[in-house]
Amino acid sequence: MFSIKNLQAQINETPILKGVNLSVNPGEVHAIMGPNGSGKSTLAKVIAGHPEYTVTEGTVEYEINFKKINLLEMETEERAREGIFMAFQYPVEIPGVPTSVFLRAAFNEICKHQGAEEMDPIDFDQYLKTKMKLLDMDDKFIDRPVNVDFSGGEKKRNEILQMAILNPRLAILDETDSGLDIDSLRIVADGVNKLRRKDNAIVLITHYQRLLNYIIPDFVHVMYDGRIVKSEGKELALKVEDKGYDWLI
Amino acid sequence: MVNTNQDVELKQEYKYGFITQIETEAFPKGLSEDIIRKLSEIKGEPGWMTDWRLKAFKHWKTMTEPHWPNFTYGPIDYQTLTYYSAPKQKKNAQGLEEVDQELLKTFERLGIPLNEQKRLTGVAVDAVFDSISVATTHKDILAKEGVIFCSISEAVKEHPELVKKYLGSVVPYSDNFFATLNSAVFSDGSFCYIPKGVRCPLELSTYFRINAAETGQFERTLIIAEDNSYVSYLEGCTAPMRDQNQLHAAVVELITLDNAEIKYATVQNWYSGDKDGKGGIYNFVTKRGKCLGKNSKISWTQVEAGAAITWKYPSVILQGDNSIGKFYSVALTNHHMQADTGTKMIHIGKNTKSTVVSKGISTDYANNNYRGLIKILPSADGARNFSQCDSMLVGNNCKANTFPYIEVKNHTAVLEHEASTSKINAEQIFYLKSRGLDAEGAVSLIINGFCKDVFKELPLEFSVEAVRLLEMKLEGSVG
Repeated sequence: MFSIKNLQAQINETPILKGVNLSVNPGEVHAIMGPNGSGKSTLAKVIAGHPEYTVTEGTVEYEINFKKINLLEMETEERAREGIFMAFQYPVEIPGVPTSVFLRAAFNEICKHQGAEEMDPIDFDQYLKTKMKLLDMDDKFIDRPVNVDFSGGEKKRNEILQMAILNPRLAILDETDSGLDIDSLRIVADGVNKLRRKDNAIVLITHYQRLLNYIIPDFVHVMYDGRIVKSEGKELALKVEDKGYDWLI
Repeated sequence: MVNTNQDVELKQEYKYGFITQIETEAFPKGLSEDIIRKLSEIKGEPGWMTDWRLKAFKHWKTMTEPHWPNFTYGPIDYQTLTYYSAPKQKKNAQGLEEVDQELLKTFERLGIPLNEQKRLTGVAVDAVFDSISVATTHKDILAKEGVIFCSISEAVKEHPELVKKYLGSVVPYSDNFFATLNSAVFSDGSFCYIPKGVRCPLELSTYFRINAAETGQFERTLIIAEDNSYVSYLEGCTAPMRDQNQLHAAVVELITLDNAEIKYATVQNWYSGDKDGKGGIYNFVTKRGKCLGKNSKISWTQVEAGAAITWKYPSVILQGDNSIGKFYSVALTNHHMQADTGTKMIHIGKNTKSTVVSKGISTDYANNNYRGLIKILPSADGARNFSQCDSMLVGNNCKANTFPYIEVKNHTAVLEHEASTSKINAEQIFYLKSRGLDAEGAVSLIINGFCKDVFKELPLEFSVEAVRLLEMKLEGSVG
């Protein structure tokens, strides 16, 4: 359903991605590990359509209704409406906008795109509350301005809540585990596991093996200097934990 | 061909830019004692009113146009303006059936239907077209409660004792260049009187429409709330798109007596000129309220989204003990618009409180300034003020400035001032887009969040209109 071929991208004329190849099928969970600066977060941002990065080479094929399209030709919001989701490493604050208002606006955009009926505020708040239970979130959340004065853990939970609401086909979680204490990590991981289905796929970007004890991946990839240099099953994560990255370079 | 395209684009941007074709009766251009006498005569005013106008005119001739605001504009030649322009209609038109159909159509097109079947429920409207008031709705319901809501011209004749007592009591005829000019030549406006103990059963509203070219609009509004009374008042304004600048110099005076409350809301959408800054209204307005009675309250809520130039400082004189003044403002400037706006809170009485919340949004090449004065007099024991002034910049060519002035002459006073300047940043837009919102939806959500504290002070329907107005204005300014 999703296939990256020879993807090269740069920011301010500095090449970051130097030929990434990755193929993801429905129902799979992939983990991408790698040292700082290897291009993991850049890969996530390029897939989501961040305007600061320029793609210089390669394709990202995405299958919609048995039709393959080049994701790179779509606007950021079109990608989102077609089921691409990125959980941000550093979620952005939107002062004055209640979380429920933001989430409903996003949810309704996707409904509109899919030809489904939009939800009114009362029904949406109910829907939102059921999803919040998944992540053990307080009801007060819905009135708080988006990410403003949220703790690190709350911000990350809010990202996964958005994933639960928007129900993407491909979710890329960019270092969702960083900055989480062990309890929050467990809650977030449980939430993600509940969202795993046969028809969606998840890509986890992480520094640590820790997260992969909770969310068991089907494949683990190691990225180095803008390329995926090694791909194996889940056991690769343990090897990395044990030996570091040097032996792979 | 290029011009045609621009025209279309512009029309979508400002849907109130049409011109009503109607026969008018106008004075020759220029300002003189004769013109003022003629104005007073055509309105059938009593001698005291004429004398007051002439006194103001005499004083005005000794004054010079102020140039301290932080904006620039070409010189205004006051002798090339027309000071009175009115649609021709039957003398003493009684009731709506005698009002010109073109005028009714104009107001309907502006979303202000005046006739019996379609008019807005819950809101009484006074419709002002160029120099005169065309019609006032729901007068019967108001009369039952003893509320007087009519044009100021009618009030001068029908309620001279009230007008004489209060006109100029908050903004004296000698107050400032533009207010003095207005005192000499004001042609119409609204008058409201809420008797003791009455909670006005309807929202009162005035809609100001400038139509004629090269004509100044000088309206005057006077609202008096007697002991224990309450009124909520709304004001809206639009004008056609013209290449020449037009002058609008209004004066609004509010008076609250013991325990009374006036809420005054404005959504100002005068034509602001085209993309290159050509044309638009010069909006020089003096708005001031006086909390004369103890425990009385005045609040100004404004959404300023139009006019080429805005010079406006809705203020409150807190004279009665425990009185409360509030100012909530959103000022949006785009293209080449310039705004120098804010408030003055003058604390005189004991335990008086004031709140100032100002949100300035600037985009394109616009220049947006907040200017505010908090003055605590020696008599104002226990006075309190809270001010918050936030500016948001959209794009790289616009400007925002804040000029807060504070004068405290009583050591028991407590003042707080918060200010911030922010930019809509690319990360915010990307975040929202990555959740499925388009660029405009994203900006609109961010701006709404920014203005929330002000919008929640507006009556619901107005707040929806204000949101739509800002969205329309910001269309295309974020790529």
